[in-house]
Amino acid sequence: MLKLIGIGIVALGFACEVNPLLVVVIAGFVTGLVGGMSLHDILAELGKGFVKNRSILLPVVAIIPVMGLLEKYGLKIQAQALIKKMKKATAGRVILGYTAIRQISISLGLNFGGHAGMIRPVIAPMAEGAALSQNPNISEKLLQSVKAHASAAENTGAFFGEDIFIAVGGVVLMHNFFEAEGMNVGLWSIALWGIPTAIAAFGVMVWRCYVLDKRIAREIAVNKKTGGEEC
Amino acid sequence: MLTLEPFYKLGGFFLVLVAVRIFGRGQTLRHWCSALFWAILGITLAYGQVLDSAFVGGLVVTLVVLAASGYVKAGNETVEHDVKSNKIDFGFKLLYPALVIPLAGVIGSLLFTRIKIHGALIADSGQAPLIALGIGALIALVWSMRMTHAPIKQPVVEGARLFEVIGYAIILPQLLAALGTIFTHAGVGQVIAGLVAQALPTHIPWVAVTAYCVGMALFTICMGNAFAAFSVITAGIGLPLVIKAHGGNPAILASMGMLAGYCGTLISPMAANFNIIPAVLLELKDRNAILKAQLPIALAIFCANLGILIFCVFRY
Repeated sequence: MLKLIGIGIVALGFACEVNPLLVVVIAGFVTGLVGGMSLHDILAELGKGFVKNRSILLPVVAIIPVMGLLEKYGLKIQAQALIKKMKKATAGRVILGYTAIRQISISLGLNFGGHAGMIRPVIAPMAEGAALSQNPNISEKLLQSVKAHASAAENTGAFFGEDIFIAVGGVVLMHNFFEAEGMNVGLWSIALWGIPTAIAAFGVMVWRCYVLDKRIAREIAVNKKTGGEEC
Repeated sequence: MLTLEPFYKLGGFFLVLVAVRIFGRGQTLRHWCSALFWAILGITLAYGQVLDSAFVGGLVVTLVVLAASGYVKAGNETVEHDVKSNKIDFGFKLLYPALVIPLAGVIGSLLFTRIKIHGALIADSGQAPLIALGIGALIALVWSMRMTHAPIKQPVVEGARLFEVIGYAIILPQLLAALGTIFTHAGVGQVIAGLVAQALPTHIPWVAVTAYCVGMALFTICMGNAFAAFSVITAGIGLPLVIKAHGGNPAILASMGMLAGYCGTLISPMAANFNIIPAVLLELKDRNAILKAQLPIALAIFCANLGILIFCVFRY
């Protein structure tokens, strides 16, 4: 029971908005000490885990010089100008379209996209541009929510598409787990049983994107009522 | 065979350049701490593999202390983009280099895992997407430099600006992953599985299935990683209480159990690389904005997934 103290520290620390890095390191040290590890072991484990997961940091570091440069010369403005040319584009449709592309491509083993590679440079500015052409007086708060939904589409599309492809880490992990327990569970049967929930997940995104477009539309109505004071 | 090491070296080198740039901008304590932070991070990125683990652990603690000192920016301050100062309008062709990165990712992942040179694959299938992304980023950088005729230091200047916008939150995912390994070492998972099995009437089949899914989701929320949850919760609840006790189909249970875990990932602040880093990348004022957008999504998918699972797992 005492071993769960780390989870408690993380939950409490995140809730109280203490510096998250500090919370995590303290939780690690306390859990390690309670679990009978020496200080040196904990430091080594911390270093090992940090280095083993350098791959999380790499995409961000790789795209930042390019993105910084292109943004300096007006990347976002161009992406938004492009989307404004498409008359029927709404923020919800841009985001839903991306969800569909992401889910289908990743289920075929094509892993393109990502927050750093696709959302920040392309999809978020497009969704933002569409929202701005739907409603030029859109509130900053709703605009932020539009961008958050673009990231949500990336996560949802990737999570509920990838396990349909047999060569992906999750499916292999499940297969290996049962193999170690002496059971033979086929890769394909694990992968195919991911399809019903994948369809349900897309349905949920249809609903959320519809709600998002509704919220943008509602703000237009409110703005009209108060009468163009923002000129 | 291509590996990620050269890309880690390049990335680390770039971070050190960013540190030099920040250091050169001002001689206050804030600049020193910030420069030190990015320089140390660059060293762990470039040389993490060859340095002693405990020493890297010490560096990581130093990073955290620098971040906690308040001198490295938290990353929720928006810096205005200096776009109006540009005299030249590059038009839509400015989008092409940005599109090179995802495109290179697709082509590279496909090619690297299929083409063999002297009987060996060009890159390991696990690393291929990242290597492709790295190559794409390099092509995009060269292309955009040529297109804009920007001075050679411009990527570092803009990089320093963006890194300071992102701030220390950038290392949170890595740190959480490291915490996960400590949790695993200490045996946190077994304790949780034991508690769930004790507390619920799992002799009723649908209760056992529900306990498994809820366990997957909750444990994933705590760990920020469904893979870590899977082995623990399936060994603790799924295998003994659903498959062995009630004859559930293991393929269906595992597949949808993992997806229940992914629902947990969508609402876990611990899954920082999916939920927090992107919010920082998008410069959202509310760092929890993505979590909030995903809450209704996760709940709806979780319920649908659980319904399908209970319906199917004992039937097929």
